[in-house]
Amino acid sequence: MMQAIKLKAKEYKSGVKPIWCPGCGHFSVLNAITKAMAGLGIDKDNTVLVSGIGCSSRLPAYVDSYGFHGVHGRGLAIAQGLKVARPDLTVMALGGDGDGFSIGGNHFIHACRRNVNMTYIAMDNEVYGMTKGQASPTTPMDWDHSKLTPHGPGVRPFKPAALALAAGAPWIARAYSGNPNQMAKLIAEAVAHPGFSFLHVMSQCITFCPEQTDWKAIVDERAEPALSDADEAARLFLHESGFQTGLLYCEQRPTWPPAGAAIVDQDALAGLAASFRV
Amino acid sequence: MIQQHLSIAITGAGGAGVISCGELLLQAWAREGGRGLLRKAYGPQIRGGESAALLKLTDDECYTAASRYDLVVALDWDNFSRFEDEIQLGPNSWVICDETDVLPESVQAAQSRVVCLPFAELASSCHPEGRINMLALGALGRVLGLPTASMVELAASKLSGKPQAYRDAAAACIEHGAAQALACDVQVPPTGANGACYMSGNQAAGLGALEAGVRFVAAYPITPASDVLEWMAGGLEQVGGQLLQAEDELAAINMTIGAAFGGVPAFTATSGPGLALMTESIGLAVASETPVTILNVMRGGPSTGIPTKSEQSDLNIALNGLHGDAPHLVLAPLDIADCVFTTGWAVQLAQQLQTAAIVLSDQFIGQSTAIVSEPRRCAGTASALAVPAEGDYLRYKLTSSGVSTLASPGDADHRFTADGLEHNEKGTPSARHSDHQQQLAKRQGKLDVFDFGDDWAEVSGDGPLGLVCFGSSSAAVKEAAGILAQRGVDTRVISLRLLAPLQTQALGAALETCSELVVVEQNHGAQLFHYLKGHVNFSQSVHSYAMAGPVPLGPEAIAMAVTEVTSP
Repeated sequence: MMQAIKLKAKEYKSGVKPIWCPGCGHFSVLNAITKAMAGLGIDKDNTVLVSGIGCSSRLPAYVDSYGFHGVHGRGLAIAQGLKVARPDLTVMALGGDGDGFSIGGNHFIHACRRNVNMTYIAMDNEVYGMTKGQASPTTPMDWDHSKLTPHGPGVRPFKPAALALAAGAPWIARAYSGNPNQMAKLIAEAVAHPGFSFLHVMSQCITFCPEQTDWKAIVDERAEPALSDADEAARLFLHESGFQTGLLYCEQRPTWPPAGAAIVDQDALAGLAASFRV
Repeated sequence: MIQQHLSIAITGAGGAGVISCGELLLQAWAREGGRGLLRKAYGPQIRGGESAALLKLTDDECYTAASRYDLVVALDWDNFSRFEDEIQLGPNSWVICDETDVLPESVQAAQSRVVCLPFAELASSCHPEGRINMLALGALGRVLGLPTASMVELAASKLSGKPQAYRDAAAACIEHGAAQALACDVQVPPTGANGACYMSGNQAAGLGALEAGVRFVAAYPITPASDVLEWMAGGLEQVGGQLLQAEDELAAINMTIGAAFGGVPAFTATSGPGLALMTESIGLAVASETPVTILNVMRGGPSTGIPTKSEQSDLNIALNGLHGDAPHLVLAPLDIADCVFTTGWAVQLAQQLQTAAIVLSDQFIGQSTAIVSEPRRCAGTASALAVPAEGDYLRYKLTSSGVSTLASPGDADHRFTADGLEHNEKGTPSARHSDHQQQLAKRQGKLDVFDFGDDWAEVSGDGPLGLVCFGSSSAAVKEAAGILAQRGVDTRVISLRLLAPLQTQALGAALETCSELVVVEQNHGAQLFHYLKGHVNFSQSVHSYAMAGPVPLGPEAIAMAVTEVTSP
């Protein structure tokens, strides 16, 4: 029996000072992650946070666990390779809306359908912050604050939960940076869920999108239990405001890799070499 | 010593079984202690196109593509004609076909000797399920003097999963084919020792990787690398590893990096277009000092190019494709058997030096099958350096070797965040001038001070004319050296196995007493020539013979070109 780990949330922080602007929603995500880790009594040495590139992707360095800060859009691929090679580890991938839904969109789709047992936290502020405020896939069509798209992106924003459902994600939840306690609870559930858990976090960027302070008025905490019927979930995700928080959809399905695929045989290597002999 | 060889081409429609016929013939020849190569040539169609089994039976293991064919079996003329560019005939060639009324122009022009064998008629006469490829096998086996029982047994083993009627039909056809007395009097090379292996370069590379400790592979299909990945899928299942089929090459390389970060030696295989997609993240492996091995089975390029045929034209991208200053390893196996050693060595070097290793194989050695003596192995397996017991862990600590301790998740109290951002010794992101200078010097220095030993190249001969090549060109250049020796030109062949870091001192020493050099390679842009000229201060005059694919480099053509460029 392993000894239970009892650490405070702040003891899961690395002490590296975040580069984020004052008021950034990502501080709240960092707090929620460390709070969830403390609540779960997670072993720092057996936990890995993996990210891509962007403001939110800086987060692994701020947590006192193992971490990998990769290249733009590929955090999910790194995380899946790691978890498949090392199923004993707790693996969390995280990143922003540009990283996960634009440059990394294909990996998002396939991570949802592959269903490796890991957590993905997408910190969505509807903007590219690190490159100083361009429209992302989740930016409203008429958002005209960027010099790059002065008349607004003119493209319908992407619905991450709907896409995740269509691609086969078995666990879909949403949190809001203004409610770190609910977020911490959802992260703990995501880690515990056996499969690919997708947590969509509305995490405000008041530097480039000051209007996002209005989010607190439209956030709607889901009172009902999570849906398990994909048809109902599809209707919800296609028609909701995008601000309903809580566990929205949950089903159980087999994870990848299928159990019992590997047969380890000590003489297998010698046998492989011998199979070539005439 | 000039090689004694017999070249055989079997052509037919895809699905007619010419490759099976070639494989069984070569396996039967292997059982007699023979040596030889089977090159497979396909049209661009996936099914139903044309295919050719191009065999070369030899008395040694220097395997080059045949420049002229002694014996051709054309199951039909239509499909034969699609290979006319590649199958050179002469007046001494024998052509076996079932239709002699109208001969293709190339056969008429070469004035080859034509023998009629009604394949279809003979095959159906001996068994209702009779196949023409087995009939041809029996007939060819007799020409070569191979025991019929051996061919029947090998065919039965190949068809072990099929209904008994198939095996009966194969046996009947092989025996009936072997009963045909054909006039083809060919010179069969002498056979040597038994105890050889029968493998393709792609299988050999997969075996080398697994033996070196690889236990994770991320795979995205691409011709001509898919068969490495398919072979490894089965192999990993047996040795207790995982293969993950990725959604694209971007994912494949990053999954490989993720597994390697987890402390599991990790590998991926691809070809040119896939390597291009992977380059950004290979830079991540370099910057984060994560050991990964990428096997690149080269094909004709650029762009989609010629996916089914060989070329050595990815040298530039392998050496220089990464952005920023990103020192890494580039290796090239010299032949099919050497795919075991070089791939294994690459995996170990990547692990020891905590960087990315790119292995440049190609379609010619990757997809050809050969009879080889037990391949040389790379001693030991990849394993991370030991983790120190205590102290403040500095993942990117500056050391005299440039190599710092690599901890993996699960190692107590060595937590760090690997980063593609420039970082300080601890791994914390840093844009400071001093950190950048120090980490750049660390990543370069670990390759500069490492002792790569004697395996950086193979050197044969000690003549004054140096022939420098890399990877799969080696065999053709060695054969050209033999031709030149007969003409009184003494050469020294330097076959480079380690291309980056270039062992400039060792190369300089090996070439010191050469008065003139020719760099030989299979690409259009003379990529190796320019690379060497840029890094080595040659005192000799250096010439280039660069010939693009997809037709394999010919020893005779090399010998001629060398004579031309070096003549005063």
